[in-house]
Amino acid sequence: MSQVVERERPASPQLAHYTAEYQRAVGQTPAQPRWVLQAREHAIAQFERLGFPTSRLEQWRFTSVAPIADRTFNLATDGVAKLDKTLALPMSDDPALAVLVNGRFNAQLSSLAGLPTGVKVLGLEDVLASNPGLVEPYLARLTPTQTNAFTSLNTAFLRDGVVISIAPHVVLEQPIEVVFAAVAEGTASVSHPRLLIVAGESSQATILERYVGTGSAFTNAVGEIWLGANATIDHYKLQEEPAESFHIASMLLHSARSGTFSSHSLTFGGGLVRNEVVAVLDGEGIDCTLNGLYLGRGRQLIDNHTTIDHAMPHCGSHEVYKGILADHSRAVFNGKIIVRPDAQKTDAKQTNKALLLSDDANINTKPELEIFANDVKCTHGAAVGQLDEDAMFYLRSRGLGVAESRAMLIRAFAGDILNRVKIAPVREHLGNILTDHLPHVD
Amino acid sequence: MLEIKNLQVRAGTKDILRGISLSVGAGEVHAIMGPNGSGKSTLARVLAGHAEYEVVGGSVSYNGKDLLEMAPEDRAREGVFMAFQYPVEIPGVNNSYFLKAAVNAKRKHQGLPELDAMEFMVLLREKANILHLDPTLLSRPVNEGFSGGEKKRNEIFQMAVLEPRLAVLDETDSGLDIDALKTVAEGVNAMRSPERAIIVVTHYQRLLNYIIPDFVHVLQDGRIVRSGGKDLALHLEEKGYSGIEAAQPQLM
Repeated sequence: MSQVVERERPASPQLAHYTAEYQRAVGQTPAQPRWVLQAREHAIAQFERLGFPTSRLEQWRFTSVAPIADRTFNLATDGVAKLDKTLALPMSDDPALAVLVNGRFNAQLSSLAGLPTGVKVLGLEDVLASNPGLVEPYLARLTPTQTNAFTSLNTAFLRDGVVISIAPHVVLEQPIEVVFAAVAEGTASVSHPRLLIVAGESSQATILERYVGTGSAFTNAVGEIWLGANATIDHYKLQEEPAESFHIASMLLHSARSGTFSSHSLTFGGGLVRNEVVAVLDGEGIDCTLNGLYLGRGRQLIDNHTTIDHAMPHCGSHEVYKGILADHSRAVFNGKIIVRPDAQKTDAKQTNKALLLSDDANINTKPELEIFANDVKCTHGAAVGQLDEDAMFYLRSRGLGVAESRAMLIRAFAGDILNRVKIAPVREHLGNILTDHLPHVD
Repeated sequence: MLEIKNLQVRAGTKDILRGISLSVGAGEVHAIMGPNGSGKSTLARVLAGHAEYEVVGGSVSYNGKDLLEMAPEDRAREGVFMAFQYPVEIPGVNNSYFLKAAVNAKRKHQGLPELDAMEFMVLLREKANILHLDPTLLSRPVNEGFSGGEKKRNEIFQMAVLEPRLAVLDETDSGLDIDALKTVAEGVNAMRSPERAIIVVTHYQRLLNYIIPDFVHVLQDGRIVRSGGKDLALHLEEKGYSGIEAAQPQLM
């Protein structure tokens, strides 16, 4: 499919670099089904057309991706040789564990024995080779509608990843953990991990995505989640990549009627982080919770963009994002809620709060409501503040030191998000980060 | 125990305390009375180490140490406690969790082993009983949604748990009905001991019917204009603050 693409501006050397990398990657990829190759071709064309976003685009106004666009990232190899294996250990006791290194599924590091009947956790490359029918109705079906250059870039390089498939009516007790380890190679390398979750009707599962790594790696991740009717997914994304890394991710959710989806985006690492969540509530009676907690230190930039698309009536969405920003860190929050004409009786609530621990930290926060139905309830609120000085004095006047008082108040600020984290080791881990690893306050 | 000499304090550009001298010994209860704006709450808050105030002159010595040089938490660990006039609500911080941290910060400072959860619960229950404190308040966030009376009772409860050597009660009686006032006073009286000094800051004589002071000081316009025994409070009740000033214009 060769087509002439009109560009708004001359192609940068970097775009040409990715096109060349794409050609090379296609040549090296094991045979893929035709529909995958077509999706990839479509995606690289879309990426070439879009180019890297600039701050002239409303959705990227406060986030410059120049540090990514101006560098040459080579496509990472499987990276296993240089992997610190301790990064790939699970957090909970005895979970099902899938490990991806630089976007490539690693069966040796994974621990997937003992999954209940009806639950499959597989490497995507294997699935595409042996049983592509399993994923054909779902893979890359949510992405083409996105006009996000990074999502296109991921699809263009689609090769491997993790597939989680849960049969109807199966209830999983233990969480499924997916570790995405990014091991930088050379001066800068990129990987494009892919996650596909298909939860059958009335199934229930808890899934933890954990992003870790070493060095100046660029992780460009895409996840697609399909929730069947009446299915329940409790989803966590814990981001702890190193400060010199780059992390751009899209999570796209499609829910059928009466699905219950809750997601917790927990961002602590990464130098430049953009989390995009798009949830399409495409059935009646869906309950969607998007929670977020992030801690910015040093010169981190943490950008959360969420879209909840109420396409059908009687759905509820609840969104609480909380940020703690220290040093020179910056954050962006943009919460879009679309209520389509048919989506009567929608109940949508959005809250964004940020705690600035330093005069040099800042946040740009914006709700974006597009409401086309008339019988709906939509509320939103944002609050940005500093640690309460009266509370600090109160705690200190009882003998608690400055650091301890501060940690107590910060933990309290994050408390309502932490308390909803149902995986105990993750909850404890987050508590420890907030208690023991906080930077100094100016 | 506490030696305040010619203390002068400013908030912003405003002089609030204009030379206070006061000596408080172990085992004594001092009442500091005065009209609104006389500076009595400022005195309490300065003793606790509030950063809003600037000490521009004088000294405060506590057990031989320069109190003004100490951080608020060090004062607390050394045994100074202020019951707040307006206790601060701290959402998300559990009341007993907070108190346990406070008790253990103090014990650590004293070189004592920290209390474990069990020992601490025993201590909490014992003190909560004395103050007739609703035990459910212990598991709630600090002061959040407490009634005015519950907040004040919680302050005295904290005092009972922390067992300070110098307790400063800043208008603990304000906003209390008579039953709550009695309970709070009982709690304070139970704390009286030869090793402990208590300073009661109040606008009204009412509280002093229940907490009988050894000394009463009248503060006006940033100065102590009169000192005396417990009868001075009764005199004030009768004549009012303006009566005092008219009768004793030169006092100081």
